[in-house]
Amino acid sequence: MAEGRVVGIDLGTTNSLVAYMQGDAPVVIPGVDGSNLVPSVAALDPIPAGGGRPTVTVGNTARKALIETPERVIYSVKRLMGRSLEEIQDELKLFPFRLAEDVEVGEVPRITLGELKFTPPEISAYILRQLKRNAERFFGAPVTQAVITVPAYFNDAQRQATKDAGRMAGLEVLRLVNEPTAAALAYGLDRAKVGTIAVYDLGGGTFDISILKLRDGIFEVQSTNGDTHLGGDDIDNLLLTIALDEIHAEHGVDLRRHPGAVQALRKAAIDAKIALSTEPAAHFDIELPNGDRYQREIPRAVFELLIEPVLDRTVGPCKQALADAGLTPEQIDEVVLVGGSTRIPAVRQQVDELFHLSARGKKPHIELNPDEVVALGAAVQADILAGASKTTGEMLLLDVTPLSLGIEALGGGVARIIQRNSTIPASATEHFTTGVDGQTNVAIHVVQGERELAADCRSLARFDLKGIPPMSAGLPRIEVRFLIDADGILHVSAREQRSGQAAQIEVKPTYGLTDEQVESMILDSFDHAEEDFAKRLLIEARNEAETILAAVERAPQSPAWDQLTGEEQAAIAAARMSLQSVKMGENAAAVRDATLALDQATRRFAELMMEAAVTTAIRGKTMNAAGEELGETVTAPHAMAAAEFK
Amino acid sequence: MIKVLDSAVPIACWSCSIGHNDSTLFCPHCSKIQPPPGGDYFSVFGLQPRLNLDLAALEREFHRLSRKVHPDRFARAGENERQWSLADAALLNDAYRTLKDPLRRTEYLLKLEGAEIGPDPAPEPGGRERKNASRVPADLLEEVFDLNMQLEEMRMARELGETDQALEASLFQAKRKFGGLLAAVDDDLHGQWQAWDAGDKTARMAAQKTMVALLDRRRYLSNLVRDVNETLGFAIESQRSS
Repeated sequence: MAEGRVVGIDLGTTNSLVAYMQGDAPVVIPGVDGSNLVPSVAALDPIPAGGGRPTVTVGNTARKALIETPERVIYSVKRLMGRSLEEIQDELKLFPFRLAEDVEVGEVPRITLGELKFTPPEISAYILRQLKRNAERFFGAPVTQAVITVPAYFNDAQRQATKDAGRMAGLEVLRLVNEPTAAALAYGLDRAKVGTIAVYDLGGGTFDISILKLRDGIFEVQSTNGDTHLGGDDIDNLLLTIALDEIHAEHGVDLRRHPGAVQALRKAAIDAKIALSTEPAAHFDIELPNGDRYQREIPRAVFELLIEPVLDRTVGPCKQALADAGLTPEQIDEVVLVGGSTRIPAVRQQVDELFHLSARGKKPHIELNPDEVVALGAAVQADILAGASKTTGEMLLLDVTPLSLGIEALGGGVARIIQRNSTIPASATEHFTTGVDGQTNVAIHVVQGERELAADCRSLARFDLKGIPPMSAGLPRIEVRFLIDADGILHVSAREQRSGQAAQIEVKPTYGLTDEQVESMILDSFDHAEEDFAKRLLIEARNEAETILAAVERAPQSPAWDQLTGEEQAAIAAARMSLQSVKMGENAAAVRDATLALDQATRRFAELMMEAAVTTAIRGKTMNAAGEELGETVTAPHAMAAAEFK
Repeated sequence: MIKVLDSAVPIACWSCSIGHNDSTLFCPHCSKIQPPPGGDYFSVFGLQPRLNLDLAALEREFHRLSRKVHPDRFARAGENERQWSLADAALLNDAYRTLKDPLRRTEYLLKLEGAEIGPDPAPEPGGRERKNASRVPADLLEEVFDLNMQLEEMRMARELGETDQALEASLFQAKRKFGGLLAAVDDDLHGQWQAWDAGDKTARMAAQKTMVALLDRRRYLSNLVRDVNETLGFAIESQRSS
């Protein structure tokens, strides 16, 4: 392929992945640590000793920093993508997002990490850049084009923000693909099927349901619905809130004041949640700063009662999607489960009931890893876009717009111009006129959503039709064309028909970054220097080597070091020597291999460190360092939660 | 932007320069994608305007054309071809969405023929409030009056947290009745399709007039059924009318 490979990227709330089509099957590209999942966590490194701009680390390394220096780390940034200051207030109650104070209404919110501030697309760009680098390392060639997945229920602003992030990371985003649809592509690859399938996608932070009709390689989405703020995060927060409340009530310790401790407890809550998918009960056993132990058993039955309100929120969207497709549950031939949260037995039980599966002798599809299936599907779509593939040449995805598009009419009502679940690209043409003699401007307010009043819908754009030739009121006839493209993003064009003059239109987004802003946020141009690709790979490999060598340098100071056997310590020393000897050579692959070897030799040490950090953070040894208050921001989302838990 | 061109005017392909009729998404000579043609939705599928359509054939044609024009097929093409593919695919999708649905198809065809249907869909930012074009069908005046009273009573009872079973039963009955009337209108419309498709100019004019009236009645009834459903608490309602 002359133009290079197109990769598929799942930019997730919790984890992100990059995949590509290897022959006729999609595969996930592992990171430098050998792991397929890159945690969607970004950490601002300490300011370099000699000054200068600190770098941003992404993934597992950043996740470790979450406990040690929480004020320099951000996770679940996807929840903030494309959202305004007013819209994210609820998130701020549940997530330790430190909003920059100087953000004004109408501006894209900025998040404080240590000394610097970042917009959500910038943070996402760092995650994307890491995935891009992982792919480039894997191929040994530059990667400049990608397909990125988004929740099906993402609105225009959220989609645009994702595309902006791609551009900042140096990726041409050839297509945004809806996550459930991508999953269907991954499943549909090896079976030339005819039938109707439902994809139930409960991820870290978003829920989507899509219903598709498959026929001769055409994947035609019939309807989609969802909730862009519903997922595993909500379950973690429930468990976390209860633990915090109980620790406060029973032991008189308010851990909420200590972000590091909250993050450590959050990790324990996530571990408990994961354990409950296979075990009948999970345990919290945590040493507190006052020497007490917080011990509590969570039986699965209690957990299921606790999360019921969260799971119930998926029912409405599923029923609406069925109704919009004009189908009954019995008409769904197959159900595909996507997203880590679908590992929870109670979720599977609910899906079974929603689609009457076991009653019909059916089971949901879980053959593909629910954490990877979206990225695999993105790789399939990437292959379709790259063209000329035997495997995917006959495949075509026809997706829909999840939300209706409308115009604010006089009196604040909404005139729908493109209905939800319309196949995209879709367009609509509307005619406008003037109300006053000689009027030369008409203001139009475009909204997205299903509510009757414009104020209740998402404001997409306000724009002025300018330069209308002066005429008597009602005489101009301005034709405005709205077009939703295959990425689900709106384009507007207009002309005055009476005079045949193309009206000059200024599209003023209500919210979002301007082209110039995106341009100024493009990550270091170094990444774009393709001619220096080999050099770049080498420098990156050396940087990674330096990072791990510095960490190993400090290792013997850690109490965890003494827990290693002599053999383990010797293995680390040998791997370290070998990396040091190849580090300054010109062979990037050799540096990478030696880095990977050292990483593997220190794996158990890293685990011990992590455990120690969790304990230390909760016991309070680092609390003075982490002085920032979370205050009363973490509140129980459901009044019944604490009571039911007893 | 859609070019408004007479479909009989031959235009030249941008790629091979051979002239063709402006009713095709692709050049018949070199198969290259063309800017959006100027014809109506029926001509996108190579059809004459008509109301009885073979929906299975329509879907097959939609899929066949989608495979060729969809932007996925032009992800790495030049800027012009990418733009045309986007515009053509939007036209194809708009056309299919309109023609596969019996009501949308009927309304579209009647508008093509110059009939005025329903409330003016164009919002007038500088103009007047939009007028509500739904008139109560004369034969239903009394029943609609009664129904509206009952709906109001029901809403009040709901607000007070009361359940009036007799009222609820009566509303269910009304729902069935008006649902039945709705189905009758649809049957009448189907009858008119045949008359329009097969008729000469005069027969078509008559059928058109009848269909416009039927669509008005249908819109009124369907709003009524929707109100009853909402009041009875069926929040989820199918968007499709067929």
